[in-house]
Amino acid sequence: MNNFKVLMNGIVKENPTFVLLLGMCPTLGTTSSAINGMGMGLATLFVLVCSNVVISLIKRLVPDMVRIPIFIVVIASFVTLLQMVMQAYVPALYATLGLFIPLIVVNCILLGRAEAFAAKNNAVSSFFDGLGMGLGFTIALTLLGGVREFLGTGKLFNIAIMPEDYGMLIFVLAPGAFIVLGYLIAIVNRLKKA
Amino acid sequence: MEYILIFITAIFVNNVVLSQFLGICPFLGVSKKVETAMGMGAAVAFVLTLATIVTYVIQKFVLDAFGLGYLQTIAFILVIAALVQMVEIILKKVSPSLYQALGVFLPLITTNCCILGVTILVIQKNYDLLTGVVYAFSTALGFALALIVFAGIREQLSLVNIPKGMRGMSIALVTAGLLAMAFMGFSGVDKGLAVLFGLN
Repeated sequence: MNNFKVLMNGIVKENPTFVLLLGMCPTLGTTSSAINGMGMGLATLFVLVCSNVVISLIKRLVPDMVRIPIFIVVIASFVTLLQMVMQAYVPALYATLGLFIPLIVVNCILLGRAEAFAAKNNAVSSFFDGLGMGLGFTIALTLLGGVREFLGTGKLFNIAIMPEDYGMLIFVLAPGAFIVLGYLIAIVNRLKKA
Repeated sequence: MEYILIFITAIFVNNVVLSQFLGICPFLGVSKKVETAMGMGAAVAFVLTLATIVTYVIQKFVLDAFGLGYLQTIAFILVIAALVQMVEIILKKVSPSLYQALGVFLPLITTNCCILGVTILVIQKNYDLLTGVVYAFSTALGFALALIVFAGIREQLSLVNIPKGMRGMSIALVTAGLLAMAFMGFSGVDKGLAVLFGLN
């Protein structure tokens, strides 16, 4: 498989959110606005690319028996790194995403890609796989955040599009997350068949 | 009284799944039957309470004592993974019947974000050990409640004729949304209780 195909596979064909349904907690928990969704997506993208590359480089050194704990340690190290960088440079975003940054460690997308792709392929393809999956996740989260922000407050990326009185607050709150994602998946299912 | 308040708040007002979005994967994954939902709920309650005690001790006596706070994420996830493995081995020897009931769910729990999330929250909220354990146990009960109610609804849903595109995860998510809306009815109960008990 060439690298472009690997990249597009993550964004469209095996989109982690809409098709594989992985990593639902941050998907629902951080998408109250388009910016927050995008921030979470990019944070995950960073960890995913780094962990994929490192894991594909060390795959020959890791005994099969203990590979899962070692993968988790690699992922957790990059998450810790990300936590420190975000705390220093984007403290506002770090505060909004809060608990969901350390929880990237238990995001099934990361361990899933490590097992299914990085442990079997070379570093370059693993880089593109991480990039594709990460971008797919970022796009999905931005879309979900955008829809919720627009329906909930009438804004998009913090720019007012319609008067705030038309906003339906429920879409920014917890139930809106479930309902919007449910309908987005239904739309994707419909498009896939066509 | 403070413990009762934490108990009720964690189960109904700030339900871990429906308002804090932790543990969504098992919530959507193992909610097709009420029986499996009960097994998963019990396994989470058991592991979460144990994990809170162990991570609390590690945070206070290892990480804080040696100034290693930045290792929190790595240390906690390793402790939880090891703990789950240990619980599995011990249960197998000591209580085969309990192992039969919970066994299949245990490996899934390591990557359940409500375990790591709640253990970190206990530290962030500066609870003492007893309060932390009460909080963790009631959170797990809230998880089990949401999971069992949701599984009951999904059992009924499987009998209904659903439009093609909505089948599967899509209708499940919309149902979860309605359930979350129902749980929003409890918001404010915590403040009322705090006044009733004369706290703050």
